[in-house]
Amino acid sequence: MERAIVLAASAIGIGLAMIAGLGPGIGEGYAVGQACAAIGRQPEAQGKIQSTMILGCAIAETTGIYSLVVSLILLFANPLVNLL
Amino acid sequence: MNVSINGPKILFTLPIFGGINITESVRNTWLVLIFAAVFCRWLTKDMSVHNPGKKQIVAEKLVLFVRGLVDSNMGSQWAHMVPFVGTVLVFSFLSSVMSVAGLRSPTADFSVTAAMALVTFFLIEFYHFKSKGLLGFFTRLAEPVIVMTPMNIVGEFATPLSLALRHFGNIASGTVITALVYGALASFSQFVLGWIPNTFIANIPIMQVGVPAVLSVYFDLFSSGIQAYIFCMLTMANIAGAAE
Repeated sequence: MERAIVLAASAIGIGLAMIAGLGPGIGEGYAVGQACAAIGRQPEAQGKIQSTMILGCAIAETTGIYSLVVSLILLFANPLVNLL
Repeated sequence: MNVSINGPKILFTLPIFGGINITESVRNTWLVLIFAAVFCRWLTKDMSVHNPGKKQIVAEKLVLFVRGLVDSNMGSQWAHMVPFVGTVLVFSFLSSVMSVAGLRSPTADFSVTAAMALVTFFLIEFYHFKSKGLLGFFTRLAEPVIVMTPMNIVGEFATPLSLALRHFGNIASGTVITALVYGALASFSQFVLGWIPNTFIANIPIMQVGVPAVLSVYFDLFSSGIQAYIFCMLTMANIAGAAE
C-alpha cells in the first residue's frame, strides 16, 4: 500500500516537474524572436547573432534540462521506493 | 505493448578493484575513438602543399572550422586550445550521432558527459590559478563581497554540472522519446491491422515505417550537432573567462 502511494506520488511529481518545460520554451522563443529581428535589421551580422543566440538558448535550456533529469530519475531510478 | 528504456547494458565485469563494469558506453566510446583515429589518419594521408587532393581539402576545412571557432570566441592568443576544442567537438558529435547506426550513444550515459565536463572543470580551475596566482585563486571566491562566498563556491561546481547535465539530458531525452514513439507506433499499427485474423499480417508494424526517420533527423543529426557545438562554445567561454 505504501509502495502504491509512493509510486502514485512519484508519477504526479514527474508530471509536475515537466511543467518547468514552460520556462525555457517561452525564454528561448523570445530570444529567437529577438535574434530574427536583429538579423532583419542587420543581415550582415547573421553569423555572430546566430552563434550568440544558440549559446543563449543553451543556457536558457538548463532549467528545463534539470527538470527533465529530475523526472528521468523519478521514472527509471526512483530513490523514494527504496526508502520504504 | 511493452516499451523498455534501459541504461547502458553491462557487457562484463573486470575482476580488479572490486569489479569494474564494462558497459555498452565503454565499448561504444572505444568504437568512436577508433573510428575517429582511423578517419583522421585516412584524411591526412598523402598530404601535399602544392597539389592538395579532395581528402586534404576536407581535412583543412575541418581544422579551419575549429580554428575559426576558437579565434572568434577566445581570441588569437588561444591557438593552443584548438586541439582540445577540436577533440571535444569530434568526440561529442561522433558519440551522439552513433545512434543513427542503431548503437547506444555513449553521451546518453551521464558518466561519459560528466567525464567530459570534469576535464573542462579542471582546465577552468587551472587557468584561474595561472592567471591569478595562489592568493587570487581563493580570494576570487569572496568577490564582490565576502557574504557571496557560499554562492560563488556553489556556482563553481554548478558550471561542470550544468555542462554535463545539458549534454546528457538532450541526448538521453532523444533516446527516451524515440523508444516511446516506437512503442506508440507499434500499438497503433496493431490497432490498424489487429482485426485481421492472420497473426503474421496483424503483427506487421506498418506504422513504424517512415515516421521514426523524421524524429531521427532531429534527435540524431540536428541535436547531436547542436549539442557538440554548444558544449564547445561553453567550454571556450568558461576557459577564456577564467583567464581574464
